[in-house]
Amino acid sequence: MSANRKKYIRWILDAALIAAILIYLDILQADTTAHSYAITIIERSCIYAVAAVSMNLIIGFTGQFSLGTAGFMCIGAYVTGILTIPVKMRDQIYYLYGMAGWLHDIRLPMLAALAISALICGVIAYVIGWPVLRLKSDYLAIATLGFSEIIRAIFGWDGLGKITNASYGVSNIPPFANIFECVAICGVSILIMSLLIRSSYGRAFKAVRDDDVAAEAMGINLFHTKQLSFVVSSAFAGVAGGLLAVFMRSAVTSTFTVALTYNILLMVVLGGIGSVSGSIIGAFLVTGSQEWLRFLDKEYFFSDLFPGLAGTAFGAARVPLLRNGFRMVIFSILLMVVVLFWNHGITGSRELSWERIAGIPAAVREKKKRKAEAAERRAREEAAAAALEKEVRGQ
Amino acid sequence: MSGQKEARETVLRLEDLTMQFGGVVAVNNLSMEVKKGEIVALIGPNGAGKTTAFNCITGVYQPTNGRIEFQGQTLMEGCPAGRVAKSYAGENAGKYTKNTHHSPDEICRAGIARTFQNIRLFPGQSAFDNVLVAKHMRAKQNPFTATFGLNHKEEKRMREETWELLRDQNLDGFADYPAGSLPYGMQRRLEIARALATDPTLLCLDEPAAGMNPQETLELSDFICKIRDQYHLTVLLIEHHMNLVMGISDRIYCIDFGRLIAEGTADQVANDPKVISAYLGMQEVV
Repeated sequence: MSANRKKYIRWILDAALIAAILIYLDILQADTTAHSYAITIIERSCIYAVAAVSMNLIIGFTGQFSLGTAGFMCIGAYVTGILTIPVKMRDQIYYLYGMAGWLHDIRLPMLAALAISALICGVIAYVIGWPVLRLKSDYLAIATLGFSEIIRAIFGWDGLGKITNASYGVSNIPPFANIFECVAICGVSILIMSLLIRSSYGRAFKAVRDDDVAAEAMGINLFHTKQLSFVVSSAFAGVAGGLLAVFMRSAVTSTFTVALTYNILLMVVLGGIGSVSGSIIGAFLVTGSQEWLRFLDKEYFFSDLFPGLAGTAFGAARVPLLRNGFRMVIFSILLMVVVLFWNHGITGSRELSWERIAGIPAAVREKKKRKAEAAERRAREEAAAAALEKEVRGQ
Repeated sequence: MSGQKEARETVLRLEDLTMQFGGVVAVNNLSMEVKKGEIVALIGPNGAGKTTAFNCITGVYQPTNGRIEFQGQTLMEGCPAGRVAKSYAGENAGKYTKNTHHSPDEICRAGIARTFQNIRLFPGQSAFDNVLVAKHMRAKQNPFTATFGLNHKEEKRMREETWELLRDQNLDGFADYPAGSLPYGMQRRLEIARALATDPTLLCLDEPAAGMNPQETLELSDFICKIRDQYHLTVLLIEHHMNLVMGISDRIYCIDFGRLIAEGTADQVANDPKVISAYLGMQEVV
């Protein structure tokens, strides 16, 4: 197949995928009350996908183990929240501290608020990058984790109550106009990050990740490269935080604990470190499966499953293990299975592409063939060994 | 040396370079010159301080004392100060008064490219990407234009030049292969191609023939001469392999225990009794 034709087919498949997604979203949007559950899952997954890709940018593509995502998301959430709540509701929300006068009448549309969140997060990342990015691996992880907790403490501090409403958080944030708005913002954010990764700077990120000594010898300034990655990653973590605030219609510090960072790290690792498509898949899988497994949290009796047993002693017995919290047990076991069998994550460090999907059946066939060949070889060897033994015995 | 060579400008000059680690003086009072278009070798037995000198030139270490000049500009200058001054065991203390340091990436930008003794490619990335990333430094772009493809002309130029380099090195058939999967000799050539991609004036090769068989070594010496002429390079070579060094070097510096013990053409150095004793471990010849 010629390269041109391949490109053409790729275009068609891309367009078909986007059209399918749009049609699906349109179906959901047509009846929001009936599909509210699906809409919730999709919006949440998309938002986490932005956070996961931003984390992958710094961890997977630049090799800097930064765990400050929740902190930047917290900043993003508060900034977006504070700037978008309707002015007339502000006195009611800030009834305890009273909103600061200069801030009271500033209200921005969501997009502008998100942009400002990104900007503020970027600037903060730039400033804390100076000391923090001189650290490596575990030390960097600890420093950024600490930063994230400090941010949480600052936003929960009474002294800033006039701005952040302290531990009460910000609520009544106007929701998304429709599901398209949320998905589009997430899509554009991820697109910008992937474009950066595909650019010359992305190649520099990967060089720093693979071998910083060699990268430096090639004229790549380690510090500037790491800082660029950190700033962009943090800015988009801020966007993700802002989106999460809009999605939940509130911003409270208790959302942005270390557990959130780990949850996002889980998506990154599960999807594939160093793969944008992997992070997106990871975000959808983790968010989705936590919902799909919810049936495990419900207590069942045998008579619920087999109506014929109703009234008998067996029917009144409980199905063992199924009760509140069991979902997380299964979820953890599933995770372990995935990590054991796909230890590079679902997509590995390569991107998912149409060629790769088309190649899966061939790869499976190849694997089967190799297995069969190995078995055949083993059988032949065994037969030869048996023949030899016979011969030896015969003598 | 002929009169014409005398007239050539000096590309790299080391003046009284001394590098001390704790109480060990790894490089002691080393002075040398590399002139434009030359292939100069720095040889010496194991532990003589070759790689330390090399690491000073490429910015990995800051010299304890002495100066390194590149194309007339001071690249590195060190003077023993503070605690080091008390334990300083080298010579010429007090001759240099400044501390100037440039990081490896700044030195690369200035025009000194290097390869590594133990090959340091980006093993998981394709051979093409390995070379392409070295073009990043000199590209006219910023993160914004690069992200949104506003630098497509620059990007196209970078890719074309990378192809050209790979073709020159006969590596274009392996452009899509992960660098780590290539055979050893090819990885060496790829690393040199990557160094060439930074448009250097001076190419520093750290033991390029390490781990090569005689045939590969022979090819390598032709290859080094070829790229010198093709890219108008000056080459500084650190090597163990005497065959390679004797065959291609215009001048050779030999060091032992950090000190310069001989310099001159291949014949001069090869017949120098000090060099012979250093290599064969005979009694010190006075």
